[in-house]
Amino acid sequence: MSLNSFWFVIIAVLWVGYFILEGFDFGVGILLKVVAKDQAERRAVLTTLGPLWDGNEVWLLVAGGATFAAFPEWYATLFSGFYLPLFLILISLIVRGVAFEYRSKYGKAQWRGNWDTAIMISSAIPAILWGVAFTNIVHGVPLAKSSAGVIEYTGGFFNLLNPFALLGGLTTFALFATHGAFFLALKTDGVIRQRANAVALKIGLVTAVLAIAFLAWTNHLVAKTDVHILSLAIVIIWVAALAAHRMGREGWAFLASAITSGLVVITLFAALYPNVMPSSTNPADSLNIFNASSTHYTLKVMTYVAVVLTPIVLIYQGWTYWIFRKRISASNIASPNSGVLDKIHP
Amino acid sequence: MNALDLARWQFAITTVYHFIFVPITIGSGFLVAGLQTAWYRTQKEKYLRATKFFGKLFLINFAIGVVTGIVQEFQFGMNWSAYSRFVGDIFGAPLAMEGLLAFFLESTFLGLWIFGWDRLSKKAHLASIWVAAFGTLFSAYFILAANAFMQHPVGYTMNVERGRAELTDIVKVLTQNTAVAAFFHTIPSAFLTAGGLFAGVAAWMIVRKRDVEVAKPVLKMGLVTIVIAFVVVGITGDWTARVMTTQQPMKMAAAEAAYDTKSNVPFSLLTIGTLDGAKPVFQIGLPSVLSFMSTGNFNGVVEGVNDLQAQYVKKYGPGDYKPNIPLAYWGFRLMIGFGALAALFAVIVLVGIRRGRSPSGKWFLRGAIALPFLPILANSFGWIFTESARQPWVVFGLMKTSAGVSPTVGAGSVAFTMIAFTLLYGVLAVIEFGLMIRTIKVGPEPIAVAGKADSDSVLTMAY
Ligand code: HDD
Ligand code: HEM
Ligand code: HEM
Repeated sequence: MSLNSFWFVIIAVLWVGYFILEGFDFGVGILLKVVAKDQAERRAVLTTLGPLWDGNEVWLLVAGGATFAAFPEWYATLFSGFYLPLFLILISLIVRGVAFEYRSKYGKAQWRGNWDTAIMISSAIPAILWGVAFTNIVHGVPLAKSSAGVIEYTGGFFNLLNPFALLGGLTTFALFATHGAFFLALKTDGVIRQRANAVALKIGLVTAVLAIAFLAWTNHLVAKTDVHILSLAIVIIWVAALAAHRMGREGWAFLASAITSGLVVITLFAALYPNVMPSSTNPADSLNIFNASSTHYTLKVMTYVAVVLTPIVLIYQGWTYWIFRKRISASNIASPNSGVLDKIHP
Repeated sequence: MNALDLARWQFAITTVYHFIFVPITIGSGFLVAGLQTAWYRTQKEKYLRATKFFGKLFLINFAIGVVTGIVQEFQFGMNWSAYSRFVGDIFGAPLAMEGLLAFFLESTFLGLWIFGWDRLSKKAHLASIWVAAFGTLFSAYFILAANAFMQHPVGYTMNVERGRAELTDIVKVLTQNTAVAAFFHTIPSAFLTAGGLFAGVAAWMIVRKRDVEVAKPVLKMGLVTIVIAFVVVGITGDWTARVMTTQQPMKMAAAEAAYDTKSNVPFSLLTIGTLDGAKPVFQIGLPSVLSFMSTGNFNGVVEGVNDLQAQYVKKYGPGDYKPNIPLAYWGFRLMIGFGALAALFAVIVLVGIRRGRSPSGKWFLRGAIALPFLPILANSFGWIFTESARQPWVVFGLMKTSAGVSPTVGAGSVAFTMIAFTLLYGVLAVIEFGLMIRTIKVGPEPIAVAGKADSDSVLTMAY
């Protein structure tokens, strides 16, 4: 395998990590008010994410940094081209992070209610927009060689909102919501767990319908054997997830939805390869793993770095998940209605 | 304003804003770790309460540091795509390393620290804050190395065919003296900043007679941190100045508003120039000090702006190579000035609190309230100087800022995102400031007398 292909795989792996990990974060955020009604429940739900969400988000930051390092042309064209969607994602991630940290500082109902709404919206927007963005990348967007000889995005914002991309966005949204419900079923107890289990099946079925439509469209567009096989695998594992869920096997259901989230990324990358951004206007103006890449030397340096560091990261991040494996329920929250900043100590 | 100006404003606003929180995070991480270590060693309750209280301030600040950093990561691609294509082969590597090595460490171990009070052994819990603190150093190092490449490109060749700079020596990029000097200047600045915050808050508590036993050791720790950090910052600043003078003589000339080449140059304390900035009208200064700062010799020759401009035109072709001179001149002085003010106050208070005395008086309270802000301002002006006096270059000698902007992003889009980020950042500033003040007013929590009954089922830390 050439280093260029290897780095294509690494970028895919980083996005797999991101979709699996922040995928359930988004899902939990989206379902916040659905599964948790009172303050103790809300705080229990958010506490399941507490020690994890920032580490999960770093997968995105590293995916961004690694794309910059390995495929600078891709980084430049993608983020200057998908300008407004990326902007909306950034705004959402800012609001979400701040909301998690600040929401429970005060007990005031209005303060908390506003942040809760903010968490739901700012979780839903990126959950949809990542699907929209990746679907557009796979489908191809208007790209053309500029007078300076570089491949630039020539479309506008509304080019990105085509039906196929919107279907992709709805699919990731529903997928992440279900993934989040499975996560909560596994990580909480009591009434939250029951509600999460109840809602999981409903959105799980919606996800199934959306995913089948989306995969059919993708396979129609990209006639590649590995894409066909991967798509089939997604459907099978999703059915397995729902079956495990029906049997009350919460761990298996979550594992299966995690695999599904990862497989979605793998399928999209398989559909892309060896392009990284195909052009819908002129195939010759596509960005691929060769014309978008860094030099062999840079790829080699980055390979050493990634090969040494990634396993270490996986070990300690996995260890954190182990440390915080206990289920959390509303009864674990001391004085749920008050915040640490409510009263000034004498 | 065109897309270029707007993109520059946006970059300046978002980065300066990010860097309000960054030095506080870097310095406070270590200071909180120090407090917790004191508790671990002595088991004294006051240290535990101080750890938790200052830990809270630290985390409120950290949250904004994180979310504003996310914008930085993608901004190069969004607004500076031509720049990203040009330097990506080199610049992307330290950025990716920063993520893999530093951000994962910081976020994971800080998560463990925040939520791990009742899940980890005391030792492991203490270790987690130290690991997170060291994570911030890695983060600073890699990003400063990336920035150093923009100040002084090394370890690359130009690929004319692809129109970009390409990496030939990563070790050089990561270890060049520009990067090392910037690191050893920026990190003590961060300690100075956190020292200012901790000492300021502790002094206020003492004046208000709140939890004085908790505040007293923190006041001392903060003040000592400020003084030591200022000495180090001065030494490494002097080193940085020398590195800078050889690599970017125009920057030093601008910092001094030195228009003509001279030897025995004074370090000017005040300069009034003609309106077009072409020559000074009136200057007061410390004799020969600038010569010494930039060359290590009181008789050293310091090149002036006008000569450098002529030299650059010869070397790089016609154009204006002068940065914004008043900004550089004042940026440089305000950096040093605000830092020195903080250090001066720290020394006076340290003298005042010898043998357990408590200073009082209006000046003390006012100083305490100003103290956290002085180093923050010094840091901002340090960066404003460093970056604005590099102009018109984005990568010194290789690419002008005007050539780096995204050609496909219109002024409307940049204006829209700039306004939105600025408004959002403004709202966040108000919220964060409010939370900080409120946290300080609430003060250190009393330590719950270990009520065994509920300690099992109730989480020490929950969102
Ligand atoms: C000298 C130090 C320094 C400098 C110059 C910068 N940062 Fe920063 N950054 C940090 C030091 C730091 C930090 C101390 O590591 C932070 C601050 C608060 C925090 O949580 O980590 C951080 C956070 C932070 C994050 C969030 C990490 C997370 O989720 O945990 C990102 C993505 C960036 N930064 C990216 C950047 C970029 C692309 C910069 C260049 C323009 C930049 N930072 C300048
Ligand atoms: C966090 C500390 C930093 C601050 C406060 C800061 C501040 C600034 C400011 C004020 C400008 C505008 C200069 C002008 O246009 O006149 C600027 C420009 C720039 N800086 Fe920095 N900077 C920081 C760190 C960095 C780092 C670490 C990098 C790269 C790794 C970087 C990359 C750039 C780029 C690409 C520009 C060009 C855009 C422009 O001219 O506005 N900066 N910075
Ligand atoms: C005491 C005397 C000081 C001297 C002689 C000094 C010198 C310098 C110089 C020459 C630069 C420009 C480096 C470059 O562009 O390559 C710089 C940058 C900077 N200074 Fe200072 N400085 C001093 C104090 C301070 C203080 C008190 C602070 C903050 C608390 C501070 C924070 C910064 C920062 C954040 C930068 C930008 C990062 C960098 O380029 O290293 N400095 N300083």
